[in-house]
Amino acid sequence: MDFPFLSQTMITLLKAVPMTLALFSASIFFGGVLALLIVWMRVGGNPVLSAIAKGYVFVFRGSPLLIQMFLVFYGLAQFGFIRYSFLWPFLREPFVCAVLSLALCTAGYTAEIFRGGIRAVSPREIEAARSIGMSGFLLVRRILAPIAFRHALPAYSTEIVLMMKSTALASLVTVWEVTGVAQRLISQTYRTMEIFLCAAIIYLVLNFVILQGMALLEYSLSRHRRAVLRR
Amino acid sequence: MATLELIGFGSTGWGALLLLGALTTLAVTATALAIGAVLGTIIAGAKLSGNWLLVAIGNLYTTVFRGIPELLIIYLIYFGGSSAVTAIGVAMGYEGFLGLPSFAAGALAVGIISGAYQAEVFRGAYLAISKGELEAASAIGMHGRLRFRRIIMPQVWRFAIPGLGNVWQLSLKDSALVSVTGLAELMRTSQVAAGSTRQYFLFFIVGGALYLILTSLSDRVFNGAERRANRSMPAAAMGQA
Repeated sequence: MDFPFLSQTMITLLKAVPMTLALFSASIFFGGVLALLIVWMRVGGNPVLSAIAKGYVFVFRGSPLLIQMFLVFYGLAQFGFIRYSFLWPFLREPFVCAVLSLALCTAGYTAEIFRGGIRAVSPREIEAARSIGMSGFLLVRRILAPIAFRHALPAYSTEIVLMMKSTALASLVTVWEVTGVAQRLISQTYRTMEIFLCAAIIYLVLNFVILQGMALLEYSLSRHRRAVLRR
Repeated sequence: MATLELIGFGSTGWGALLLLGALTTLAVTATALAIGAVLGTIIAGAKLSGNWLLVAIGNLYTTVFRGIPELLIIYLIYFGGSSAVTAIGVAMGYEGFLGLPSFAAGALAVGIISGAYQAEVFRGAYLAISKGELEAASAIGMHGRLRFRRIIMPQVWRFAIPGLGNVWQLSLKDSALVSVTGLAELMRTSQVAAGSTRQYFLFFIVGGALYLILTSLSDRVFNGAERRANRSMPAAAMGQA
């Protein structure tokens, strides 16, 4: 074991962690917002909007993220109207392209997870809310969303871990996050095993922290259930 | 018109190469799934064995290979494997760099990943077998291998099909990452076609559409397999399972 080399590698890779985290949090945030919009279209009752949402989910879950990312990164630049539009200063940045494609992709998966959560809300609870006069947004905010979110949480935490792993693909559109830096180090030194070990530890720690955080969130959101169980 | 020519089957068209790429993608994924089935069975067996050391090894395997990016695992197998092959070559008197074939490296890497997911699928399927049936098999004197072959295997298979369908879809999409090793599967072919014609948007859309065809077709195959595997089950029991 060559400890100086390992610690050197670890330090180099740790410097790339903020980039991975930035990709991760930005795509989870935007993907979540987009997923809410898609779920709303899907369950809103309008057949046209529902079909669009279905098509969206089919396309973004059915094709690999890498091809979506290349489509955004290389494909959009091909069009003059995009290159001369106000969007170009943003779309020129690899980071923005990576976040855009990660968010578009995760939105498809997350929308299905949220829909599953909504379906798990008992109709009786909605009826009860209606019967005491709640309607529309108030019902969603007070009854539907909290219960649905709690039901969706286990599947959502899996999706979040998958997302953390997916940020690795950003290295292929020249964003220097952990996997990209690891690959550069491997091709410079050919010491695959040691570098892999360091990068693997980083990802495992990140995912462990995420899963613990999600478990904590789940625990705190089901406080009322524990009270029932204790009795 | 020019667009049709580019993706068509003429002398300037990329159609035939793209279809070949799609077939390579299917071949990589199928090989990977087979490798993963073997690994998954071993790991599931280890996790169910009750021996603390085997359980720990099984848990380590599934945690590591489900917890780190697929791309990193592909780099590990491709570069690490090539170094190993080169070292063997040097030991046998061959000087210079030897690369691991990209198909083998890619299928192995995706197979190792899918093995971690399949282990969980098989474990869940085994746990879904009702205890009564296992006891009944032992009670009429079936032992070890016979019980495994007659009672456990057929049921694990049936319970595992939906999960295996998910793993197949996952591996199909992971196989796109094998393009980094230079293997001319669908992703790589789209990339090469896009680069050499400068029609990025067109070829990534076409490549994506081919992936959509592959995923939706395989969805149908797995649904059919599920129906077939459950054909002896009464409809009511299927609802429970």
